[in-house]
This record gives sequence, structure tokens and C-alpha cells, in this order.
Amino acid sequence: MNYGNLVKIALKALSNNKFRGFLTMLGIIIGVASVIAMLAIGQGSKRSIREQISEMGSNMIMIHPGADRFGGVRQSASDMQTLKLEDYQTILHEASYISAVSPVVNASGQVINGANNAQTSLYGISPDYMDIRKYAIGQGEMFTENDVNTAAKVCVVGQTVVDNLFTNGEDPLGKTIRFGAIPFKIVGVLTPKGYNSMGQDQDDLILAPYTTVQKRVLAITYLHGIFLSAISEEFSDKAIDDLTGILRQTHKIKPGDDDNFNIRSQEELSSMLSSTTDLMTVLLACIAGISLLVGGIGIMNIMYVSVTERTREIGLRMAIGAKGRHILFQFLIEAVIISFMGGIIGVLLGVGAAAVIKYVAGWPVYVQLYSVILSFAVCTITGIFFGWYPARKASDLDPIDAIRYE
Amino acid sequence: MEDYIIRVEKLRRDFQVGDETVHALRDVSFSIRKGEFVTIMGTSGSGKSTLLNILGCLDTPSSGKYYLDGISVREMGRNDRATLRNRKIGFVFQSYNLLPKTTALENVELPLFYNPTVGPKERRERAETALREVGLADRMQHRSNQMSGGQQQRVAIARALVNNPVMLLADEATGNLDTRTSFEILTLFQRLHAEGRTIVFVTHNPEIAQFSSRNIVLRDGRITDDTINTNILSAKATLDALPPENAL
Repeated sequence: MNYGNLVKIALKALSNNKFRGFLTMLGIIIGVASVIAMLAIGQGSKRSIREQISEMGSNMIMIHPGADRFGGVRQSASDMQTLKLEDYQTILHEASYISAVSPVVNASGQVINGANNAQTSLYGISPDYMDIRKYAIGQGEMFTENDVNTAAKVCVVGQTVVDNLFTNGEDPLGKTIRFGAIPFKIVGVLTPKGYNSMGQDQDDLILAPYTTVQKRVLAITYLHGIFLSAISEEFSDKAIDDLTGILRQTHKIKPGDDDNFNIRSQEELSSMLSSTTDLMTVLLACIAGISLLVGGIGIMNIMYVSVTERTREIGLRMAIGAKGRHILFQFLIEAVIISFMGGIIGVLLGVGAAAVIKYVAGWPVYVQLYSVILSFAVCTITGIFFGWYPARKASDLDPIDAIRYE
Repeated sequence: MEDYIIRVEKLRRDFQVGDETVHALRDVSFSIRKGEFVTIMGTSGSGKSTLLNILGCLDTPSSGKYYLDGISVREMGRNDRATLRNRKIGFVFQSYNLLPKTTALENVELPLFYNPTVGPKERRERAETALREVGLADRMQHRSNQMSGGQQQRVAIARALVNNPVMLLADEATGNLDTRTSFEILTLFQRLHAEGRTIVFVTHNPEIAQFSSRNIVLRDGRITDDTINTNILSAKATLDALPPENAL
């Protein structure tokens, strides 16, 4: 049998009942459109969170001291002194898959310029930190490795600090401000980054050489953390393994003992934050999937009625030479055409709805190709699945009974 | 032997109804030659519908032999019988059974859709030829619901002719038509017979036997009469003799 002929027969049968075909399609259209729109909303919010996180740094890996015990008493992370400058040196020389490393020591406190003062955080870092956290210098310049080596009293300030301390709009470059008792000369101002996804002001900070902060401000020898950048996102996990090995070795941790440091990557953070939106996406997709299912049942219902209604036609077709499988395929093709066309219209409608939501409600919306392919495939399979039973029923009819059916 | 279109030997067909066995056909034997116009008559319950189903390859006998155009149908499966129906038999039904909302041409083309050896161009040409043969050359694009009963039955006959069957199998083909239209259809059948077609016409109407070349009468599943009609009435003449419609 030429299956092209069967497609023609099925199309002809459908065009004889356009309105009913459309009503049947409606279920699939709504199902597919809502699956696509819901997934687009879910993906959109997930993406916007990921974007915000990636603004925090590039393939960032953070090492913090941790899980060290003194006589069974667990210490708070900031009090722990397990990360040393030597760890930084070792990592700098031995670690692979790393593009930038910076030690971090930080202090909170009051910063003063003449009559103005503000509470802010002081970060002691090396110039690599700029790349790791994606900071850029807006005015002036970054302090140098030489400043780090000499523990120079220089700093780079964020825009919020400038706004707080230089209220009358004077140029902050070259001015000296005091953090606690220590004077710092401003050599540069950071390009503003705004607030991050957790509501922190990323411009309310002062960056200074870590040596200066360690020796002159805090008078400590340990580090609060080490920040690194993996050379690319894919190497992040390898880099973490590598770093763990290096640190366990330098910290002389026996196999089986807990690490006395914590390594976390930006990806962990982003997957943690996007788990909520993932859940939401799954929920939305489930609801939309149910409507697709209901659409499929609609197809089955109509096809079933259609088989009964066209019993005589089926009988006639069999009498003039149609085999059981011709009838089966004709009805199956009808069901697939309905769901296929419904799928196409649904995709267009879903993409359109996503665009409308984006421009009207201003939500972050992102239509992914996979969601289109997925919902399209699902609706075609739905058509076959729910079309099968009525088609089977039609092909099993006895032509003798069917042709005389009233 | 070769020119027998139908050869039936000791045909039996039993139906199981509950605990009882109904013998619809009991040892029916007959042969039909090429070019005969046979009416098979019988009252309801005589077994003529069962015989029609078997002759039409829609059903198989419980025992006995049935050769259609030299092919034994008895052992054939569903699919093979479907193909056989498609190539050898042209059905004409009492209630026309045209596809709704479909043009005459498309209705006539339908059997050829199930014949993969016929391409689209040939399909169209053959359907047009068949429609011209039944006198509907000017109605090819009319839809089935825009036509009268007589016209619909003509379309059905054209559909039966389009696959060049070895026989036309009519089941009460005039049963739904008024007298005048019945004679018109019978005239058409007689013309097709004159052109050499083999026609088997199953009916309960004794009048129709007068227009055929042979009459087989069934009763309680047995053949009670099988006569050659030497005095075939002309349906055309009868039609012309009818009072004009507007006379009433």
C-alpha cells in the first residue's frame, strides 16, 4: 500500500470535519503552548539567577578554613587559622587548572575622610582578585604586586564608599582616607557593579594589598580565605580535586580524616540558588503536562466517536479492498495530523505567549529549543498513543456488520 | 471451465447462535459464466445475504468450495480477501454508501487508492471514464449530498466499475429508489450486461428477475429454482412505457 495515499485519505477525512478537528486540536494547542510558556518562565528565572551569580566572579572557587577542632570544640570559620600564607604560595606554584589566585583577609570597620565616615568592609587581596571577582577600575589604577610586596598603604575603593566619603563631589583619587587608625591613599575607584542577587551592595568595599591588611590592620599571619578562578567552567571540578589534594598534603591530613578547609565553587552556589526555580519549573511543567494529557484524551474521545460515526464508511472501505491495517493507519494518521498541527500551532502560541509575558510583565523569559522539541515530541506521541485504541477498534470491525451499521 | 466467473460447490455456512447452530446455507452449488446477469432471489431468512457475503469475499463458508475467477477463496485470510475484493469485485449497495461531502470523482477514485499499482494520473482518468459510462460526465465535481438517489447510485456503480472487476455484485441496488429511478438503474445494468459484464443482483423483489438472464431462487438455505430467462424484458422499454411523472 502506498502510505502517501493513506495520508491523502486522512487529510480528506479531516478537511470534511474542520471545526471538529480544530476543537480536538485545541486541547493539544493549549497543552503544548502552556508547556512551552511555563518552561520558558522557569528557564528565564533560572537564567537570570545564573547571570547574577556569574557577575560575582568568573569560574570562582573559594577556599575557607573549616572543620578544625580544638579539643573537640568546633570553631567558627572566621576564627580558624588553618589557612596560611604558605598555602597560598603552594597553590600559586603547584595548582593546575587555575588562572588566578588571590589570598583574602577582611576586616569591617569605620572609614573616615575628614568629617565624613562610613561603615564598610576592607578586603586584603592581591591584584588577581580583580579578575576573579570581575571588578574593573573605573578611574585611576589598581595597586601593583610591588605594593603588595612592600605592604604599601594604598587602596582601591568602591563607588558607594566614594559617595559616602566624598559628599561634595571632589575627586577621590590621591586622597587619603583612614580605616580605623591606618591611613590609605586612594589610587583607584572601581567601576560600579550594583547589588548582587542576595541584595548585597557590591560597591561598598575597599580593596587593599593583603599584606597591608594582615600586618598593619589585623596583625595576623593567617588568611580568611583564598579565592581562585578555574581556567574554565568545565575544569572547575578538576581544579577543586587538585586543590584538595594540595591542601591535604600541605596540612598533613591523614587519609580518612576530615579536611580542615572548605572548598566551594560558584557552580555549587548557583545550583543551590537555582534549585528553587528548578522545583518551580518542574511544577509548572507538570501542570502544563497534565493539560497536554487531557488534550490527548480529547483526541482519543473524538477519534472514538469518529470511528463509531464512520462505521459504514469503514465497512465500505473494507468492502472495496481496504485491509485492516489501511484502516488502522488512516485513523492513526488522522490522530497524528491533529496532534502534529496542534503541536505546531501550540509551539507558535507558546513562543508568542512567552514574548508577551516578557514585554508586558517584564519577567525574564527564555524559550529553549529543547522545550519546543520536547513538547512537540510529547504531543505527537500523545497523538499516536491515544489514536491507537480507536484506530485499532476501527480496523477490527467486521466489514459485513460495518457496511450495514445504522 | 475457464469462463466460469463463479463456481460454488456444496457451500455450507453455519452460525452459532447461543447453543443452537443455524444453517444459513446448506449444500448450495451453482456456477455463473462470464457475461451472465443473474438475479439471486429469496425472502428474508432464505440465506441470500449470507450467500452475498460469501460471493463478495466478505465471509468464508463453513465448508464447500468457492472459486472466484478460478481462485479458491475458501482458505484465504482477511487481507488476501480484501485484495481480491479490490481487484475482482464491484459492490453496489442498497444505500449507495458514498463518502459524505465528497465529490463524485473522489468517490469513484476510492477503490483505486487501495490499489498500489495505479498511479494518481491513471486513477483520475479511470474514474472519469467510469463516470462517463454511467452518464454522469457533467456531475463529476458534485458532492454526494448534492445529488439525487438515482445519481448517487450511478456514482456507486461507477465506483464498482472503476477497478475493472470480473463481476458486479449488487445488493438490493434499487431498493431505496422510486419506480422510475429503479428502471433507470436497471437500464444501466442491462446496458452493462450487454457490454459483456457479469452481474449478480441479489434482491427480494421478483419483478427484477424478468430483466435478468437467469434467476436463482433460495429458500431456507437451499436453491429451489434455477432458471434461464429466455424472455428478457427491456428495462428501457418499461421505463418508456411508464406514465410521465407530471401526469399524476
